[in-house]
Amino acid sequence: MRNSTGLWLVVIAAITILALYMIWPGNPGLFGRPIEVRPGLDIQGGLRVLLAADVGVAVDAGKMDQAKQIVERRVNALGVVEPVVQVSGGNRIVVELPGIKDPQAAIDTVKQTGLLEFVDFAPTGSCTASMPGAGTYILTDRQVALRGTKPAGTAQATSAAGTPAATTAATTAITVTAPATATTVPATPTTAAATQAATAASTSAAPLFKRSEYQATAAPTAVATSQAATAAATPQATQAATAQATPAATTQATPVAASGTKDNPMLNPCTGQPFTTIMTGAGLQDATAGLVGQTASEWGVNFTLAGNEESQRFATHTSTHIGQPMAIVLDGQVLSAPVIQAALTTGGQITGNFTQQRAQELALQLRYGALPVPLHVESIEQVGASLGAESVQASVRAGILGVLVVGIFMLVYYRIPGLVADLALLLFAAINFALYKFIPVTLTLPAIVGFLISVGAAVDGNILIFERVREELRAGRSLDKAIQLGFTRAWPSIRDSNISTIIVALIVYFFGGQFGASAVRGFSVTLILGLITNLFTAVIVTHTFLNVLLSVGGDAVRRFNLFRVTPGTTEE
Amino acid sequence: MFNIVQRRKWFFLFSGILILAGLVSMAISIATYPEHSPVRLSIDFVGGSLLEMEFKPLPDAQPKGAVTEDMLTSVLTSFGAKDIRIQRLGEVGATGTNRWQVRTNYLDNETTEKIKTALDNAAKPLGLQLDRDTLRFNQVTPTVGSEVTRAAVVAVVVASFAVLGWIVWAFRGIPDSFRYGVCAVLAMIHDILVMVGAMSLMGLLFGWEADALFLTGLLTVVGYSVQDTIVVFDRIRENSARHRGEPYEMIVNRSIMETFSRSISMQVVVAFVLVSLFLMGGGSIRQFVGVLLIGLLSGTYSSTFTAIPLLVAWENGQLPFVGRNRERSRSAVARA
Repeated sequence: MRNSTGLWLVVIAAITILALYMIWPGNPGLFGRPIEVRPGLDIQGGLRVLLAADVGVAVDAGKMDQAKQIVERRVNALGVVEPVVQVSGGNRIVVELPGIKDPQAAIDTVKQTGLLEFVDFAPTGSCTASMPGAGTYILTDRQVALRGTKPAGTAQATSAAGTPAATTAATTAITVTAPATATTVPATPTTAAATQAATAASTSAAPLFKRSEYQATAAPTAVATSQAATAAATPQATQAATAQATPAATTQATPVAASGTKDNPMLNPCTGQPFTTIMTGAGLQDATAGLVGQTASEWGVNFTLAGNEESQRFATHTSTHIGQPMAIVLDGQVLSAPVIQAALTTGGQITGNFTQQRAQELALQLRYGALPVPLHVESIEQVGASLGAESVQASVRAGILGVLVVGIFMLVYYRIPGLVADLALLLFAAINFALYKFIPVTLTLPAIVGFLISVGAAVDGNILIFERVREELRAGRSLDKAIQLGFTRAWPSIRDSNISTIIVALIVYFFGGQFGASAVRGFSVTLILGLITNLFTAVIVTHTFLNVLLSVGGDAVRRFNLFRVTPGTTEE
Repeated sequence: MFNIVQRRKWFFLFSGILILAGLVSMAISIATYPEHSPVRLSIDFVGGSLLEMEFKPLPDAQPKGAVTEDMLTSVLTSFGAKDIRIQRLGEVGATGTNRWQVRTNYLDNETTEKIKTALDNAAKPLGLQLDRDTLRFNQVTPTVGSEVTRAAVVAVVVASFAVLGWIVWAFRGIPDSFRYGVCAVLAMIHDILVMVGAMSLMGLLFGWEADALFLTGLLTVVGYSVQDTIVVFDRIRENSARHRGEPYEMIVNRSIMETFSRSISMQVVVAFVLVSLFLMGGGSIRQFVGVLLIGLLSGTYSSTFTAIPLLVAWENGQLPFVGRNRERSRSAVARA
């Protein structure tokens, strides 16, 4: 008994010292890692975004992890201190950005796919159709390949183009069309217009579906479709078509559905096929935002090539296509379509009327690569910086007051044992706070509430024990015996009741993760930690302290009516 | 000795009235709310946008008035917001400072940013600006909302069964441990009904909305209520062995009285903490704390005055549909 008390005293002292060391704000860390408080978003203010993979895009753990890493690197580059990026529930990514000032810019930087493409805009043969201008959305072979795994809205689309066979068919179509345009010069714009018409007609279908539809429509050939084509073409295509068309046809030409939007990207007007990508962002080594152009007032992105397969193709293309246009396309949208001036073998410049902020965002996205899955925002939570500070101050004050009152209550109600319980409560608070810093637990307001609730449980353990000791004293037992019995008899109900709450808290923790709600998780984590710590402090620590009191105080303590009980009187 | 068990009918009646009041409020809610839910649901469950904002005087201007509800409504409607609900938080300050909470249907991020700018512009003629430092903004798509709802229902069901399982296991050594489990779960359902009823009433009266934290509070109370019940059960477990031959009713009542002072002390302690948090704590957790407080009160009440007397009623065969099974339990006690 006495021996075990001494042993426990050593353990308690060691734990106290360790806890105090971790609480000490200036501590140099432990095992080489820093021990710091991690305040939650609702306390220090910031932004929390739940991103989800687009519906219909096939995702797996690997892809999500890759996306997470890219998002993480982009977020780090934003200069956010201690951001949190986590994959949640299979197809979601939670991003927490404490203290962010401009939420809109941050969301844009994080969620954009960032697929940069250098696209061949050189006209095929003698095709004179004008190429899409800046701002237009276009479809490229690389985009098709990327979304190839996408089980598009309709089963038809998948079966039509998802298989290698269909792709081969498409390639063949190009080679068939090319000689035709080369021989019959006037027919070419019409063919282009027909493509546009076909594309425009199928506004709601998936890109791949449109392509196969085109093949069906375009096969009958050019002349017959001339009028219908002109009627439905986009402004660009109409322009091209009117060059050869009759005035009558021109007046009829009212654009019905504009091609070149995000949902309905343009195809190459010369071939009627998706554009050919020369290189993607993967061919870049580095990208930095900077001032470009003669006036040096326009922002752009300077890049260097990586020297891999993609960039070699780029170097070859630029050296053989000098004088021809090449488009720079981001996430399907044409940024600019400059003419190749010289062979680009080491690097180049991307221009497109950027603001400084946009150029920096783009450079950042290029540096860390494109997301393997397109993401969209599912929920946003934003807390202003000073708002959090106000409410945390109020809550901490309230919490301290509450615990103080509890301490006074114990002291008044139980006197000396109450003081012992208060000491245990202090140690309880110290251990928990140390654990929050060590693990680390993100401290949100609900997390603080979780801690305060567990204070209730901690004190409850002591109350159960003390009430039990009093009962044993009333039954006429000696103080030593009563204390010992009090602890052993109260133990099962303390244990069982704590475990039941721990079970529920674990369920809350698990489902809280499903909500993606950090508030719910924060609460359950501090509650669970408190309930476990309480098993140690309320039972072992209090018991040890009381034993020490008995052995140090000796008979003086025994004569003193410690628990204020008249022996032999029961309440009956 | 005060006999709680003997007066159980009164306690059952009191619980019944509380629960009935809650059920009436829930019925009214189901009939009134567009979602047909028993409580007012937050955007956590149904999706939508929530904007809490404060208007402060411009640095170099003298405020000429305060932002009004009509102003906010017209700005929001012009951006196509629907189901708009506007609430003023606190009074208009001397300098024209005022704080608002606005809830709408789900608006995408771009629209929300435009709305913020438009609100800022609308406040300018009054010499006010939107304070971006005290902004709270939350936006949930309906998809996530329905997923959260599903997870919530599963969480409550799983928690109930886990607790039932744990009690049956913890009390496996004594006869009819299953009854203890069932009574504890009945007490748990009692607490859930009281809390949801209270939340429903607060929703009707003050516009309180049940969010993910409300659910957390609900489950926590479930855990605590069971904790209370277990303490008394544990005493019955002990007293059954010690006072063999005493009528069951007397053993149970003795157990309640012996743990009573502990129950009250515990309640007082937790109430201290929660009341101070409720009165002085941050506004964003007030509802959560309020719900916890109601739940913990109900939890202590249900353990002592509902779950335990139910056990006696069962033993005496006063419950409908279940047998009393006295012979079996008697002989089991004798064996133990």
